Amino acid sequence: MSTELRKELIVSAIENGTVIDHIPSNSVFQVMKILELDKTTNQVLFGTNLESQKFGRKGIIKVREKFFTDTAINKIALVAPNATLIEIRSFKVVTKRKVNVPDNVENIAKCFNPKCITNIEQVPTRFKVVDKTELRLLCHYCEKITKKENIHFI
Amino acid sequence: MKNRSLVSINDFTKAEQLQILDRAEEFEKNPNQRILQGKVVASLFFEPSTRTRLSFESAVNRLGGRVIGFSDANSSSTSKGESLKDTILTVSNYSDLIVMRHPIEGSARWASEVASVPIINAGDGANQHPTQCLLDLYTIRQTQGTLDNLNIAFVGDLKYGRTVHSLVMALTQFNTTFHLISPTELKLPSSVKMYIKDANLEYHQYTEITDAIPKIDILFMTRIQRERFSDPMEYERVKNSYILKNSMLEKSRQNLKILHPLPRVNEINEDVDPNPKAYYFQQALNGVFVRQALIAKILGV
Repeated sequence: MSTELRKELIVSAIENGTVIDHIPSNSVFQVMKILELDKTTNQVLFGTNLESQKFGRKGIIKVREKFFTDTAINKIALVAPNATLIEIRSFKVVTKRKVNVPDNVENIAKCFNPKCITNIEQVPTRFKVVDKTELRLLCHYCEKITKKENIHFI
Repeated sequence: MKNRSLVSINDFTKAEQLQILDRAEEFEKNPNQRILQGKVVASLFFEPSTRTRLSFESAVNRLGGRVIGFSDANSSSTSKGESLKDTILTVSNYSDLIVMRHPIEGSARWASEVASVPIINAGDGANQHPTQCLLDLYTIRQTQGTLDNLNIAFVGDLKYGRTVHSLVMALTQFNTTFHLISPTELKLPSSVKMYIKDANLEYHQYTEITDAIPKIDILFMTRIQRERFSDPMEYERVKNSYILKNSMLEKSRQNLKILHPLPRVNEINEDVDPNPKAYYFQQALNGVFVRQALIAKILGV
């Protein structure tokens, strides 16, 4: 409970908006990029390397006056598979949900195959997620599988 | 199939693939049919090829169509730094169909998304080679009388061999038992093996050819290609390990046929050539009939 208190002090509470919690610390900026929070005019508060009982260290992002669709939020599942989405209205938690790995991933990850057209010409990447637990991505173009440990983000 | 691209063999259903094989039988009986009069087919070979390019061009010519194109990327604007997208957009304006070979994997899929005319993939790097696959299916059916329930062995470079990838994927529709023979470094990629597993088919992996020979109906040989290796030492180490000699065929089945997409270097010893089980040159002839059938289907004639 004391950690919760401390965390609230570090990243202050929001009246209305979305809290994305349990992000791996090193993925906070990737999550921001994927959700285009680097381009938004909304107020964004974030913290990294916060203490977490579940994960040791974690990141958190709070966005004022913004709510996400499932499709938008599932895009972050590749970088933050354990993230929790908390919708806040009038300082109260309205809903909490987990992210789900999507069936298809577009223009988020790079294909690991150096001979793939997406790494040579300006072609947006497209993958089918063939294994959601192990995170194996089948490239729509070169038809090779990029494994979790080889995933790099654009 | 009209106006559809063929990039990967599973872009066409099993029924569509069989329709092409049936049509190819008609062209085998009567190869000269002037049904492509007034049609222009672009043949864009960014990478060298003898059989694939010439059999495509022969197919178009036998059907009375015209061919434009190049057989070497150096004689195209690619050498000036033009992107594939721009080349394809341009050539789409000049032709009814594009046949393309390109060294980059996924280039054909990308081209099919950019082009306003259908694309036939004549090989994209180490990825797919679906027309070779159709002619292999045709040849297997021709020699065995069926495509169903056969024991088929693949030998050599299963990792980079695009003909192997396309053919394995297609054969999973025919209850094939697979015998995969390769050096450990050149095993079938997991993305292709996934098709065998998804279809719940039996497969066996070997490192010696002789272990599989008594059990099989088709022996599909491939060349271990120097250009697919990033490490030349690795190439030198494995290049001679999978050579077929006539003496190795003693215990083989009567109906066995040996196929090879060609060109061969030394992986089939020339003492195999007179053996009636050697079928690779007949296989190359089938390429013309199958490509005639495919082009006719895609152009709707």
